[in-house]
Amino acid sequence: MADLTQASARELARLIATGEVSAVEVTQAHLDRISAVDAKVHAFLHVDADGALGAARAVDEKRSRGADLGPLAGVPLALKDVLTQKDVPTTCGSRILEGWRPPYDSTVVRKLREADVVILGKTNMDEFAMGSSTENSAFGVTRNPWDLERIPGGSSGGSSAAVSSFQAPLAIGTDTGGSIRQPAAVTGIVGVKPTYGGVSRYGLVAFSSSLDQAGPFARNILDAALLHATIAGHDPLDSTSIDAPVPDVVTAARAGDVTGVRVGVVRELNGEGYDAGVRQRFSEAVALLTSLGAEVGEVSCPHFDYAMPAYYLIAPSEASSNLARFDAMRYGLRVGDDGTRSAEEVMAMTRAAGFGPEVKRRIMIGTYALSSGYYDAYYGSAQKVRTLISQDFAAAFEKFDVLVSPSTPTTAFRIGERTDDPLKMYLADLDTIPSNLAGNASMSLPVGLSPDDGLPVGLQIMAPALADDRLYRVAAVLEAALALQWGHALIEEAPAL
Amino acid sequence: MSTTYDEALANYEPVFGLETHVELGTVSKMFCGCGTTFGAPPNTQVCPVCLGLPGSLPVANAMAIESTIRIGLALHCTIARWCRFARKNYFYPDMPKNFQISQYDEPLCVEGYLDVEVGDSVVRVGIERVHLEEDTGKSLHVGGSTGRIHGATHSLVDYNRAGIPLVEIVTKPVPGTGALAPEVARAYVTELRETLRALGVSDVRMEEGSLRCDVNLSLNRVGATEWGTRSETKNVNSLRSVERAVRSEIERQSEVLSAGGRVVQETRHFHEDTGVTTSGRSKEMAEDYRYFPEPDLVPIAPAADWVESLRDALPELPFERRRRLREEWGISALDMQAALNAGAVAAIESTVAAGASPRDAYKWWMGELARQANERGVEVSTLPVTPSDVARISVLVNDGKLTDKLARQVLDGVLACEGSPDDVVAARGLEVVSDDAALGAAVDAAIGADPDAAQKVRDGKVAAAGALVGAVMKATGGKADAARVRELVLERLNTDA
Ligand SMILES: [Zn+2]
Repeated sequence: MADLTQASARELARLIATGEVSAVEVTQAHLDRISAVDAKVHAFLHVDADGALGAARAVDEKRSRGADLGPLAGVPLALKDVLTQKDVPTTCGSRILEGWRPPYDSTVVRKLREADVVILGKTNMDEFAMGSSTENSAFGVTRNPWDLERIPGGSSGGSSAAVSSFQAPLAIGTDTGGSIRQPAAVTGIVGVKPTYGGVSRYGLVAFSSSLDQAGPFARNILDAALLHATIAGHDPLDSTSIDAPVPDVVTAARAGDVTGVRVGVVRELNGEGYDAGVRQRFSEAVALLTSLGAEVGEVSCPHFDYAMPAYYLIAPSEASSNLARFDAMRYGLRVGDDGTRSAEEVMAMTRAAGFGPEVKRRIMIGTYALSSGYYDAYYGSAQKVRTLISQDFAAAFEKFDVLVSPSTPTTAFRIGERTDDPLKMYLADLDTIPSNLAGNASMSLPVGLSPDDGLPVGLQIMAPALADDRLYRVAAVLEAALALQWGHALIEEAPAL
Repeated sequence: MSTTYDEALANYEPVFGLETHVELGTVSKMFCGCGTTFGAPPNTQVCPVCLGLPGSLPVANAMAIESTIRIGLALHCTIARWCRFARKNYFYPDMPKNFQISQYDEPLCVEGYLDVEVGDSVVRVGIERVHLEEDTGKSLHVGGSTGRIHGATHSLVDYNRAGIPLVEIVTKPVPGTGALAPEVARAYVTELRETLRALGVSDVRMEEGSLRCDVNLSLNRVGATEWGTRSETKNVNSLRSVERAVRSEIERQSEVLSAGGRVVQETRHFHEDTGVTTSGRSKEMAEDYRYFPEPDLVPIAPAADWVESLRDALPELPFERRRRLREEWGISALDMQAALNAGAVAAIESTVAAGASPRDAYKWWMGELARQANERGVEVSTLPVTPSDVARISVLVNDGKLTDKLARQVLDGVLACEGSPDDVVAARGLEVVSDDAALGAAVDAAIGADPDAAQKVRDGKVAAAGALVGAVMKATGGKADAARVRELVLERLNTDA
């Protein structure tokens, strides 16, 4: 194999399992790639070369003993810095957690270790996953490999950039309002938000508990399915984790089929405010699905128009409470503790210094929305909207097996373009938020480059809760048909760095 | 009764309410697997969950939920068919997450009552709610003179207590008890403690803080329909203090009102040493806890048949038990109250079970043993004598093998740990002498030594026999059966009496 970093995860696992290459070689190739390009991209906040090589050596030893290797054994992966990995720095992109090394593994990390996946390091993100561009990281911006002047999406921008720049074949992100799907869309890769409760949140530093969900990034559908299957499953440490069999996403990804599949195009997730190039590629993909045998129709989900305001009440409300624990008393940053100040003053000074402006904005919005006298008008109303959105989905899924929309209204915007206009920034998640509010499964996959700017366009597929396999079944067919049209995978068009 | 107190009650009607916090005796904490042993070295019973480390998640302790439902059932409450935990948000260093997982508008149990006995009357105290929450850590303020935060140079926090399941039991306001209010308040806490003990859900040790009380009190002008402003007195941590705190607040508020003042809605602190309360923080600027449903936990939905099975399995409750025992023992409510206050009910019951008559058992425990306990300054139940010892002594007396005087000596021996009653009888040679041959000689000797008395008896003055019987008893060291001695004296002196 000429360049191990160009290979898919499945191919790398096969090469390692057959002994054609060692896991150490695979890991070293990716560490070299990181050394070569990450100065330009800044996908990683922390590269754990020793840990990764150690894990790779263990895989090689295991193989030499003749032990069975899992489907992703020895495959390198980039981990969003919002999931704990024992003794490895976890910052959530925030100064307030600088220096904290968690004493425990998140369940996702435990499952990755058990599957012999090699964790290369921790990726950059919007502070506490609040943002759509990774510009809100306290540790600098991450750049889009397609155009280094543009954002890689967010909040999981480090993970999307790492995968799209071939620094890792796989990455873990988290998606609260679109933080996996939107970065996947703007970097031309696959990103999946599993059904809420499908992947354990234990060890995922909470932004908005009722919305957060970890999921896979990959450069193709089958790789995403393999990673999805690895991290999913019931976890007794997470009460909201679903105690049901994991949908067979790997089989679905291998046996794609859209014949007779009813595909609903969501009327509310298109039109005004969408780039012409995005709309064009989306329409072409929908037409392609029709030609492949899908039964395509239009569906209206009227309450989706209220998804954005409801989200910006629920998520900040939960965040205002979740982020209260960062108070300098037990871990992380401590400011102003000079022996003259009270604990309360040290807490206030630490939080003032440790949180960035977007985090503070959301803490304030959330605190206000939960205040007595305002609770019913804000948090209470938002919960009602959430119920209505779930009902819209339920009605739509009676008529359609999956729903589709563009993943995001525009392609990757320029760094700095929206930082002064939070509302404009929030629009990046317009299409993705409804699935978080309803808790259903959703995916973004690349469907071409926009004729406007030559940047990737993503198509979002939405499926009912616990029907994650439908995403893969439809996406696999579309992926194959598109590759046939283009003569190669879209990601191969990404510029060399 | 002091003048102040009498005056207060002449003008005002006290209305009190009690909020009781009970630490459950579960093996593990409320939301994690940590142990709950009291007095363990600081911060040794902690983990990522109860330390509120980023990423950790709570999982509700099923046994704690069961215990809370059992408490609710014992207090005749309605058990919620569906309810949720809620977050109570406020910053304090002893709270690892800066929110407490509690319950707000959806408590597990509502609308019950507890009957308490005061003197000959029964007062029904309404229960507003019983809910489940987690305890906080404990702060230790170092460097100040009083252990209080003011003047302290620094504070230490022990999180061993953080996350211990805590049940809060809130009464409805209790009006109409007049001058008995302090006594009724105390009787309520006593009855509640006995009930919790019977349920086996807590060790209910007020001195270790596993049962803690807040006392709310307001005064209404006699005949007024509007209720007065209430104060909330914290830190009332013994039965005696409950009584004193109610009384002290009646006196204080009455003085304020009589002087034309206004009672301030505030938190007050009770001082064990002086028996008075002092002002804490004002509650007129109510703290906003921004309650909202805990998104990390799923709702509690106890199955109706499970709740019924818990109800069926409830033990006999103290109130019912006392009513049954009073009937079985044939004693008055006051006598039962005395036994309860002395902590002797269980001992009496066991003594009856071991073969003593209820009358004898009550007499021994509330008479001689109560006196001994009082002398030693201990609870009667802690004396080194078992109910079966007492029953055995009682049987020996009834069989004529011991006189009351000898029986007390046997008891002394048992209390001195000389062995069982039979051991003490044997070792100390305390058995009644009823052998006629041995007694005959003593009787003859007595008659010979007091011919005057003998002649008087012969002349029909039977009362004179007492001197002879006394002489025999003296000669035998009190071990003789006095009734038999009297028979022998009269036989010897040929009287018909
Ligand atoms: Zn713990």
